[in-house]
Amino acid sequence: MRLRVGTVRLFSQFVGGSIRQVLRGPAAYWAWLAVLLMLIVSGGRAYLGQVQDGLIVTAMRDPVSWGFYIGNFTFLVGVAAAAVVLVVPAYVYDWGPIREIVIFGELLAISAIMMCLLFVLVDIGRPERFWHLLPPAGRLNFPDSILAWDVLVLNIYFLINVVVVTHIVYMAFTGRHYNKRIVVPLVLLSIPTAVGIHTVTAFLYNGLAARPYWNSSILAPQFLASAFCSGPAILLFVLQLLRRFTRFEIKDDAIWKIAELMAYAMFLNLFLHGAEAFKEYYSNTEHLLYTRYWFQGLGDHKTLVPFAWTAVTLNVTAFLLFIVPAARRNRVMLNIGCFATYAGCYIEKGMGLIIPGLTPDTLGEIYEYYPSMTEVRVAAGVFAIGFLVFTLMLKVAVPIALNEFQLRRGPAGAGH
Amino acid sequence: MRSDSHRTTVNRREFASCAAAAAAGFLLTGCGPRRLHELPPDRLKDAIREMERRYAQQYGTAVTVSDAPPIPGVEFAYALDISRCVGCRRCVHACVEENNQSRDPEVQWIRVLEMEKGKGVDFSEADPYYAPPEVPEEGHFYVPVQCQQCRNAPCTKVCPTGATWTEPDGIVVVDYDWCIGCRYCMAACPYGARHFNWGQPSIPADRLNVKTHVLGNRPRPQGVVEKCTFCIQRTRNGRYPACVEVCPAGARKFGNLLDPDSEIRYIIEHKRVLVLKEELNTVPRFFYFYGT
Repeated sequence: MRLRVGTVRLFSQFVGGSIRQVLRGPAAYWAWLAVLLMLIVSGGRAYLGQVQDGLIVTAMRDPVSWGFYIGNFTFLVGVAAAAVVLVVPAYVYDWGPIREIVIFGELLAISAIMMCLLFVLVDIGRPERFWHLLPPAGRLNFPDSILAWDVLVLNIYFLINVVVVTHIVYMAFTGRHYNKRIVVPLVLLSIPTAVGIHTVTAFLYNGLAARPYWNSSILAPQFLASAFCSGPAILLFVLQLLRRFTRFEIKDDAIWKIAELMAYAMFLNLFLHGAEAFKEYYSNTEHLLYTRYWFQGLGDHKTLVPFAWTAVTLNVTAFLLFIVPAARRNRVMLNIGCFATYAGCYIEKGMGLIIPGLTPDTLGEIYEYYPSMTEVRVAAGVFAIGFLVFTLMLKVAVPIALNEFQLRRGPAGAGH
Repeated sequence: MRSDSHRTTVNRREFASCAAAAAAGFLLTGCGPRRLHELPPDRLKDAIREMERRYAQQYGTAVTVSDAPPIPGVEFAYALDISRCVGCRRCVHACVEENNQSRDPEVQWIRVLEMEKGKGVDFSEADPYYAPPEVPEEGHFYVPVQCQQCRNAPCTKVCPTGATWTEPDGIVVVDYDWCIGCRYCMAACPYGARHFNWGQPSIPADRLNVKTHVLGNRPRPQGVVEKCTFCIQRTRNGRYPACVEVCPAGARKFGNLLDPDSEIRYIIEHKRVLVLKEELNTVPRFFYFYGT
């Protein structure tokens, strides 16, 4: 009984303290929150309109039945999976400098999965029927539907990260070391699961013989390669911000190491894209249409062409910057490289994966899709929710990790 | 011994788990929508009466919703004579009238493609928006495409909720009350046969076909997928699909694949038949042939 009361008191102190942490910050912090809230409100209003009038307010139609939302979903699955790129060296190779920042990768994964689930939710025509997927009341078409697999692995990955992060943060708060018997197996499990979420998401498209652009076995490896670029790119921004604005010490070594890993991943990404482009262009079958729509356009239909070449340019730039040690050690170059990686992978997944896969449609019709204002606003809102959650989680986790925000142990127990 | 206190805990736990099980059972069986083909017969009847009441109120006229089951020993198949089709699109509009597709936004289950005679069946050269003063156009032929009712249907396989399936008589149907509108089936269909209600479907009350089937032409809600059902409301009552009946060229043939004396069997056995995108191994129940 006494233990329980103690736990409750401890927990309420944790919650109360967290709220105080979140409500304290410099002007820039509040400005950032204000921007996010504005985007959330704008996205929320756009979404309400969409719920009322239907998905007709998007630019999607029967020929291109998936668009910007599903593109963003796919991109963010990659970001979530990327936490693993930090976990592998930290735990498998026991590489010290990265270990302390693993938790930020996991927080990023949690926020990214949240955004993924939200992007699926805003894409479906009957969001109030979401529970139809959840047994026992609903029915999950497992193992036939790859979407059912995706629901499972995404949620498992989400849970693993939530448990690990909560445990580490909470233990640090109470001034104890985290329990290795819980954390290490879960972290090791998160590695195949991270590979799993992105592989399954690739199989979602890969398995459709109706869409030759996706029906290529290179898709899953290519997804993984691009994920290991885009996820760490965000993380490098975050780590630099943390280093600047908090007492958190993040060694240059760790940042350079991550940048180096990104260079290898980007090389693989470019190589796999090149392999696919070679196959399509050299064999020159009727399946070339979709690749041509992306890189060259079909007749007068050239909406996506600027996106294609921007993505290629950004990705090649990022690779060159990160492969040269002197360049990635230069702060400006490093940040340009991160931005190029993020933007390149974002365009490649957001615009370059879904839309050319569906254009021309299965009966040869070319419907030129370009996201509507509603889609852009809703997507910005979802991103803002994700960044808000990420910011607030960092706001609590960072001071705990720095021992600035901890359980106060006094003779009176809790509080002052 | 601790047995006394031990037993109380177990009893309390038993009570709690029984209560939880009862609550869950109530939730699962007593309330909430269920997939149509899992409903016990009496609840299906109730659900159908409720639909009829709702549609009658909405359209101001009596609407019947049938739940006619598949006929034993029947597997439907379709054959379309490419050499006869003149591209008049009467099938497209008869289908819209019969099956209560939305008029605004416009939904059509049949798409007629105009192709050039020198190029053969090539979708990348096909024109669905042909509008000459008169059909057939010189040097062209026409390939109408609708749901091919595949035996290896890629669409039903990918559905995450099991809201679409193949009936025993070979018709691929959608449960409009269970579909969550994720459109995975549309991405999976190689024939563009599935259509989404992007907006609130609208049918003028005086144009509503009041004879409906629960898995077919009953009015659909916004945000779900729909498709050709071989006019399930007609064919399960021994009638031809509307598109077969209306075709002025006699290009459309329909019948029972399991009946050796049927016209459809004669065509498959004696004509040069083909299926669309054979290499995808979808095994359609919809055949094309050259009758002349």
